Amino acid sequence: MRIRGVELGVGVFMLVGAISLAVLAFNVSGLGLSKQEGSYKVYALFENVGGLTARSKVSMSGVTIGQVSDIHIDPERLMAVVEIEMNGDVDYLTVDSSASILTAGLLGEKYIGITTGADDEVLKEGGYIEDTQSSLVLEELIGKFLFNKASE
Amino acid sequence: MQPVLDSIALLGRSGLDKVAAIGRSGMILAHAIVARPDPVQSFPLLIRQLYSVGVQSMVIIIVSGLFIGMVLALQGYTLLVDYGTEQAVGQMVALSLVRELAPVVAALLFAGRAGSALTAEIGLMKTTEQLSSMEMIGVDPLRRIIAPRFWAGFISLPILTMIFSAVGIWGGMLVGVEWLGIYEGSFWANMQNSVDFFDDVVNGLIKAQVFGLVVTWVAVFQGYDSIPTSEGISQATTKTVVYSSLAILGLDFIMTALMFGDF
Repeated sequence: MRIRGVELGVGVFMLVGAISLAVLAFNVSGLGLSKQEGSYKVYALFENVGGLTARSKVSMSGVTIGQVSDIHIDPERLMAVVEIEMNGDVDYLTVDSSASILTAGLLGEKYIGITTGADDEVLKEGGYIEDTQSSLVLEELIGKFLFNKASE
Repeated sequence: MQPVLDSIALLGRSGLDKVAAIGRSGMILAHAIVARPDPVQSFPLLIRQLYSVGVQSMVIIIVSGLFIGMVLALQGYTLLVDYGTEQAVGQMVALSLVRELAPVVAALLFAGRAGSALTAEIGLMKTTEQLSSMEMIGVDPLRRIIAPRFWAGFISLPILTMIFSAVGIWGGMLVGVEWLGIYEGSFWANMQNSVDFFDDVVNGLIKAQVFGLVVTWVAVFQGYDSIPTSEGISQATTKTVVYSSLAILGLDFIMTALMFGDF
């Protein structure tokens, strides 16, 4: 009977460990099983991504529809290429959609906001969002403001 | 002239002793890992050790994880509420627990709770000449005594760390959401947006695995290498706790720099 108790104890220990790992994976880190299912990639070129990072949200009307998977520089055009992973069920983004880099709240994180256009064709895997608006950089804004003031 | 020469000789001897001790500890580690006893006989031994090393450490891990999570939430709240960003408490609690506090605190508690017990047990076996009598009847004490204890510690600590994180986050939620009234949805959403499974949770587990190796290695070696007197055992137990705590904190810095640093 003594051995049985030990075995039971170790079994409970292992199970609690497994449950904790599951909680950490799904509840805490939000690892979804169906997240990658049928997602597709689109690209957007920005002058300045200032503060946007991989895993930033991509949203439309405030609803998250994908996430940024990679950011790098296009060496020919010298612009930042943002690789966006759209959720698989998003099939309504027209080719003339526009993407802008927005800020959540005053000091919040950067995210990409998407607005659809009127075209009939929709964006497919590897498509480019042509109409983009870069992140607002405070220093540039102040610089423009001062420049306008001085020229008045 | 003679006293100077003597002191130099003493210095050299203690240096050689240290190097020899490192060599012996390496040999024990190699034995414990390589020694492949037959599974039918050694599995019950491993289960018994998992019970005394892992299961019996659960209570202290759960209680301290709960309180650390609660304190983190309380401290974070009082700091963040000034900026109106108290929703970030969930993120703060989860990140600091999963990346840093759970592996380190669980390993420190483990060194105090299980490591010292291992050292004392093996040291007493050596003092009462159980180890040498085993050798006499042809049983390898490294296989029979050291290897199951080593593996038990190696397996237990990551599991204990996961329990610590999960309980701590639950404690943070208890304080943050239930008592201080943070909106539950943003508490979890902020946490899930910022914690990445592979970058944060898995890296924390890698840390715990390394700590498990180091703590049990130190504990088993100090016990096996102790001077077979009652004083020797007490010294060995102290050394276990001190050395493994220092090793945990030092290794934690190195691993954090490698995992989360920008180089």
